[in-house]
Parts: sequence; C-alpha cells; structure tokens
Amino acid sequence: MSLGPYASFIVTSYALVAAIVVILIIWIAIDYRRQRERLRELEASGVTRRSGRTATEI
Amino acid sequence: MTLIDLANPTKFLSLTARALPWLAGATAILLLVGFYQAAMAPDDYQQGATVKIMFVHVPNAWLAMFVWGVMTLAALGTLVWRHPLADVAAKAAAPIGAAFTFLALVTGSLWGRPMWGTYWEWDARLTSVLILFLMYLGLMALWRAVDDPSRAARAAAILTLVGALNLPIIKFSVDWWNTLHQPASVMRIGGPSLDRAFLIPLLVMAIGFTLLFVTLHLAAMRNEILRRRVRSLQMMQASQQAA
Repeated sequence: MSLGPYASFIVTSYALVAAIVVILIIWIAIDYRRQRERLRELEASGVTRRSGRTATEI
Repeated sequence: MTLIDLANPTKFLSLTARALPWLAGATAILLLVGFYQAAMAPDDYQQGATVKIMFVHVPNAWLAMFVWGVMTLAALGTLVWRHPLADVAAKAAAPIGAAFTFLALVTGSLWGRPMWGTYWEWDARLTSVLILFLMYLGLMALWRAVDDPSRAARAAAILTLVGALNLPIIKFSVDWWNTLHQPASVMRIGGPSLDRAFLIPLLVMAIGFTLLFVTLHLAAMRNEILRRRVRSLQMMQASQQAA
C-alpha cells in the first residue's frame, strides 16, 4: 500500500484520531475509578444514601 | 425495560453495566473492519491516496453534528419533560462532541492542504463548524461555572437549543454559499454519488464511530450519575457535621 507524496498528511490524520479516541477512553475510565473511590471513602466515613443502598451499587 | 424505567438512575446504571461490554466489543470490531477496508480502498483518480482521510474526516464531521442533535433532544428533555437523566445525557455528551468536532476540523485541514493548497479558508462550512466547536467549549465552561447541576442544566439547555440553529447552517452551507468545501456526496437527493469502493468503508467507519460515541456517552453518563451521588453524599456529610 503506497500512500503517495502526501503520506504524512494521511498518517497524521489517522494518528491524531487514534490518539484523541484513546485519550477519551482513558479519561472516562479514570473518571469512573475516581468517582467510585470517592463514594467508597464517603461510605467508609459513615455517610449513607437515604434509600439505604450503597452508593456504588449498580 | 421501558423508557420510564430508564428515568431511574439505578436502573439506568444496571442497564449500562450490561450493555457496555457488548457495545465496546461491537465498536472495536466495526472500527477494525473499517480501518482495514479504508487501508485497502483504491486511490481516487483525482485525489490519489489522500482520499483515505475521508474515512476518518466524514464520520467525525457527521458525529460533530449528531452529538449536538442528541444534546438538543436532551435539552428538550430538561426543559419540557424534566426527565431526570436528560441533563446528565447533555453534560456527558458535550466533551465527546467537542473531541469529534476538533477531529473533524483538524483532519479536514490536513485533507485541505494537499487538495486545496491551504489548511484553512474562512468559507461558510469551515467557519460554521468552527463556531460549533466554540459552542461545545462554551457549553462545557457553563457546566463548570455553575455549581448547582439543575440550574446549570436549564442554562445549558437554552444555550444548546440556540446552538441547534447552527446545524442546518452547517448542513446546507455548501448549497447556500459558494464554498471551497465540496457539496454532500452521501446524504443527498438522488442517493450517494460515491463509488461503492469508497462508500462501503465510509459507511462501516461511520457506524463504527457512531457506536463509539454511544459507548463513550453511556460510560460518561454513568460517571456523571456517580458524580452526583458523590455531591449529594458530601452535602449530607456537611449537614450532619453542622448539626
């Protein structure tokens, strides 16, 4: 597969798309872990939901 | 499970936990097939291999508008039906939509340089998409600026509805004004003008990126629900300490 004289434009486009998608996935995964960690800390300190269910319960 | 059941965040989280692995798997498979087909697609007789940029540019451009459309429906859900998950959906979609719009602008620019001889031109299509990107950033700033999620939701919903006026301008800008950007070649009266060798990989990539958005959006909505639980527990903790 030859990409011709503008290969750098094509490769940069695909690399950039891949990088941004990976950053989005990592950002959402880290945010999920952070929220669950905060909920666990709050529950460990004795704060509970009005429903009585654990806050991390899904 | 009905739509009303989904108004319950706990039921929504339960559905999300079951759906996300399947959605992620389907997204990965479709994108892998799409990237393979894009790599194997023939060169265009005019554009040469640079036509391959189309397979990432068009899905991102389509999603830039589609995500704002989703946010517009969510804004109506907030203002008209007061659905409890509507503003969660809107807030979670904004950064993902901003990322897709950024990618549409940059890949378009990288495609434009070899084809048009310039990275940027202040024509109607490019400028209206840049405005869309700035509106995404403005919306994200608004969500961050207001502490109370319900107050932020109403302000953001109004801004989203105003911003939706830009969507037909983007779509029809190539018909209404004389622009460097080519007119529609897939969603047009008379059917797609693209050859099947380009159309099929493009559709596979478009479906793959749309599934990617659905997957990321559900995951980001789940995070937002958990963030609001954190906030309410922190407020309960503060009131207990004050009592």
